[in-house]
Amino acid sequence: MSTTYDFPGTLHSKPRRRVTFRKIVVFLVLALAVLFYLMPMYVLVISGLKEATNVSISRMWNFPDIASAGGFQEAWNQLGPNLSQSFLLVIPATVISAMLGAINGYLFSKWRFRGSEILFALLLFGMFIPYQSILIPLIQFLDFIGLYGSIAGLITVHVIYGLPITTLIFRNYFANIPYEIVEAARIDGGGLWSIFRQIMLPLSLPAFVVVGIFQFTNIWNEFLFGLTIITNPRQQPITVALNNLSGSFSVSWNVVMAGAVLTALPTLLIYILLGRFFIRGMLAGSMKG
Amino acid sequence: MIEGSPRPAFDIQPPPRRRGISERWLSPLILSPSLIALFIFVYGFIGMTVWISFSNWRTPSRDLSIIEPLFATYQRLFETTRFQIDIRNTLIFTLFFLVGSVGVGLLLAIVLDQAIPGRAILRNIFLFPYALSFVVTGVAWRWIFNPESGITQLMDTIGVNKLLDLFGLGPVSVNWLISPTVWGNIPMPDAVKAQIGLPIAMIPVLIAAVWQLSGFAMAMYLAGLGTISNDIREAASLDGASSWRTYRDIIIPLLKPITISTLIILGHISLKIFDLIFAMSGKGPGFATDVPGIFVYETTFGATRYNLGAAASVVMLILVSMIMIPYLARSMKDVER
Repeated sequence: MSTTYDFPGTLHSKPRRRVTFRKIVVFLVLALAVLFYLMPMYVLVISGLKEATNVSISRMWNFPDIASAGGFQEAWNQLGPNLSQSFLLVIPATVISAMLGAINGYLFSKWRFRGSEILFALLLFGMFIPYQSILIPLIQFLDFIGLYGSIAGLITVHVIYGLPITTLIFRNYFANIPYEIVEAARIDGGGLWSIFRQIMLPLSLPAFVVVGIFQFTNIWNEFLFGLTIITNPRQQPITVALNNLSGSFSVSWNVVMAGAVLTALPTLLIYILLGRFFIRGMLAGSMKG
Repeated sequence: MIEGSPRPAFDIQPPPRRRGISERWLSPLILSPSLIALFIFVYGFIGMTVWISFSNWRTPSRDLSIIEPLFATYQRLFETTRFQIDIRNTLIFTLFFLVGSVGVGLLLAIVLDQAIPGRAILRNIFLFPYALSFVVTGVAWRWIFNPESGITQLMDTIGVNKLLDLFGLGPVSVNWLISPTVWGNIPMPDAVKAQIGLPIAMIPVLIAAVWQLSGFAMAMYLAGLGTISNDIREAASLDGASSWRTYRDIIIPLLKPITISTLIILGHISLKIFDLIFAMSGKGPGFATDVPGIFVYETTFGATRYNLGAAASVVMLILVSMIMIPYLARSMKDVER
């Protein structure tokens, strides 16, 4: 809007003043919100950058006088083994559940049969249950098949309880691929498998990225299964180890903070680098089946 | 979401060549391992948990004989003051958490719906806590609300306490997390032994939960706002509606389906909440921040009272099912239409 032709009159000044007032409100809301959302990360990171010993709690909000990697070094010493356990858990579990989700989603969207919709709804319900309500039989069952206490057991659990969400995301993705493509392939003599391998799979990279990110984040951040299924503290996933660290009196508070940063880093990096896919997966978990 | 596939698979003509296994059977056959595994792990295990909740199993050694009378464990559960407090906490927490998250999420979405510089960066800042583990959130906010550090120290550092001193006021000391006080006392029948109100210790947990999940509500609303056409907005502004009135009278009502979905998704997370509270405050002073999730964990794995823990987990499942089953049923109907 040009100001050169404006007359100093009520007609023009009123709406302009309202606009500035609104701008101030918007700015204040945003400034407060940014402070609120970043404040915990600020505390975590500056605490980690302080010496591992002799940290003063009265200076917890101040920048460190000399930035030191001490906090992170000590957190790494404490949580390193659990960090690698988390990777050993999350990578296979994510890959397997994405592959199963792709096949299941393909069948549920392009090869429906009598009752498949009901089966799908029953499958979906599995992603909303509180896992406390299956925990006792689950542990008994894992013990029975010899997987209790092992990372392999935890992978199995995450793959199975990941089936609903991975199937849902792939099913919705494949549903958007026109049915005519499948029909044409069938007329050419293509079967269920060859259509999947030659037509669907090459098209499904974006869905794999969405599901991969979703499962990686979910399994990395998971706590209850890691807490109850893995008994050896050195084998527990990093979320469980961080919680143990946070409750221990022998560790300085700023090492706990550095440990929290370490725990958050892998999923945070994914979020920063692949945010678009992250949001898609997040919304897919809540949108209509 | 199925505009692309107007017809179900079994409608089309069979291919000219018949194969070994009819392809009609191939799809359920390939699905069956996944489905069988999931149905055992979900419905089979739920069934066993229900059985355990009706059993005599209350020591480390398993005893699956049925208790007399059948509902003895459930009766005991609901008579326990701690579990009554847990139910109060879950419902109070869910109420405030939903209002907070949806309110903050909607506000941020509307602000980001304006033409302001740096929208994408701001959106990413408001959403990043969603990518974190509840345990990380719990650890961070536990220190922020620790009476000896956290906000108390922050007020010293930025000089608020000095300023208050000038006016003869004491320093700000936030010790909510260790307070057993419950605000309010809604009158209840005698059987209810829990004081019905808002436990002060729950406030920091609520703030942490809103911090983590309001971004989700914001993202849902932003996705919804993106589908409202500019025509509607322009028509409203031509009619002389101020932008505040456009939002209140037109846009927010149009977003109602999004609000419902967000409330249901966040509501079921809230009813199940465990990790955040476990890492941040545990059961709290006088069970001020205890919830059924923690009750189940401690009763089952700490006290090895398996039937009581199982009964509490069944109550959790029922609470979650009450909102999720209608939601799923509605979603499925929408898809079939």
